[in-house]
Amino acid sequence: MSIRQLELEVMRYDPEQDEVPRFQKYSVPCEEDWAILDALNYIKENVDTTLAYRWSCHMMVCGSCGMMVNGEPSLTCKTFVRDLPDRVRIEPLENFPIERDLVVVQDDVIEKFQKANLYIVRKDDPPPDDTEYTQSRGALYKFKQYTMCVNCMCCYAACPQYALDSSFIGPAVLALAHRYNLDSRDQGKSDRLNILADHDGVWECSFVGACSEVCPKSVDPAAAIQQMKVDGAIEWWKQKLPGGKP
Amino acid sequence: MSSQPYVRPISKTTWYMRNGRYKRYMLREVTCLLVGFYCFLAIWGLAALAGGPDHWNSFLESQQNLLMVSVHAISLIYFLIYMTFDWFKLAPKAMPVQLGEKKLPDRIIVIGHYVAWAFISLFVFWLAGVLT
Amino acid sequence: MTIAKKSVVWGLFAAGGTIAAFVFPVLIALLLMVALGNIPEGLRYENIHAFATNWFGKTALFVVIFPALWHAAHRLRVVFHDFGVRLDKAVANAVYLVAAIGTVMTAFYLYVI
Repeated sequence: MSIRQLELEVMRYDPEQDEVPRFQKYSVPCEEDWAILDALNYIKENVDTTLAYRWSCHMMVCGSCGMMVNGEPSLTCKTFVRDLPDRVRIEPLENFPIERDLVVVQDDVIEKFQKANLYIVRKDDPPPDDTEYTQSRGALYKFKQYTMCVNCMCCYAACPQYALDSSFIGPAVLALAHRYNLDSRDQGKSDRLNILADHDGVWECSFVGACSEVCPKSVDPAAAIQQMKVDGAIEWWKQKLPGGKP
Repeated sequence: MSSQPYVRPISKTTWYMRNGRYKRYMLREVTCLLVGFYCFLAIWGLAALAGGPDHWNSFLESQQNLLMVSVHAISLIYFLIYMTFDWFKLAPKAMPVQLGEKKLPDRIIVIGHYVAWAFISLFVFWLAGVLT
Repeated sequence: MTIAKKSVVWGLFAAGGTIAAFVFPVLIALLLMVALGNIPEGLRYENIHAFATNWFGKTALFVVIFPALWHAAHRLRVVFHDFGVRLDKAVANAVYLVAAIGTVMTAFYLYVI
């Protein structure tokens, strides 16, 4: 297999020594079938053990290795060197504070996940122990694409509204909330909407659509958010009718 | 958390220049100026109509100059590209149609929008006596 | 926490955008024809006046103009935000006021025609 020499320009930041982040260049011999994550691992193992970055599964299911590759939020295990030019700029995920090198502070989004009631809510009495909640395949496929989110936060890196105002709840949380709103087993839609269709929720989205374009799992959070806006608008009127409760 | 996480600054006024995706979004958003302009032009037309035949004819004449020809021609093209066609492209996202286990493909919904648009446009042209 | 009032304006924004997307091109095209000196029959005073005096015409004109006004207003509010103007409350009040004025003017003129 042929080796291709890639010039990587990697953002470095040592909070104990650096005032501002800087770029460090590495020349990496890459195999044809490598992902850019393999190039980073090569650097870590052979050139510079001080490089800090997150990664885990190397197969696009854990969401750990999200970074900016030539300005595009990407999973580095899914971005292949064959699709990249000879010079590659690698930076930590945009719109997050930098902890160290390519590691970002994710606390803000973690808190948002916890705020949003991302679990099945039942209002009826629980069924007897020997029965199940059945769900047809059609009902499953209604929300299945939104279950694919691996929490990589590439969507937050792409979203200009989150960049301008980090109080925006953001694409991943809203897409996951929509996953529960669409689940036939769930009865918590109006409670969820009360939280997510409040200020800083769906209405902060201006449908730029960048989130869906960068999502490595094709979750399409932009679609989820627009559908939630429709739901929110309808729910607002429903709550104003006699008998509706906020 | 480290002693000093670094927050990268972002320009609140020029962030959209960073890539083509953001620039196209801004070009789409400013179509609201065209929508507002034509709404008020229509309201001015209604006022002229309410004023009688002379006022209405002055209104029509006020459009008949090189400036207004350019404004309408450029607006029409810009509006079609950055408003109508973009709106149709995004419409399927807000209106998923589930058929059994499968979802209606987005392009069917988009094509449906174009077909409806053609019918509506032809209808209005017919109402205006353009199609004789 | 409750659903924000923004949802009402968003509903109008979405309706207005849909209507504008479908209907504005042909209307601008008609204006272009007028500007080029080729006034369509339907836009001569007798015909357009007849259209605007019957209830179908009045409703059609109102349904086209009213939501489009609010679509433009809401989007303009977002545009100000996107261009870095951070006085959202003031901008919102200003744009919605203009849309409201436009709405009243539309209703008034349609009523008197």
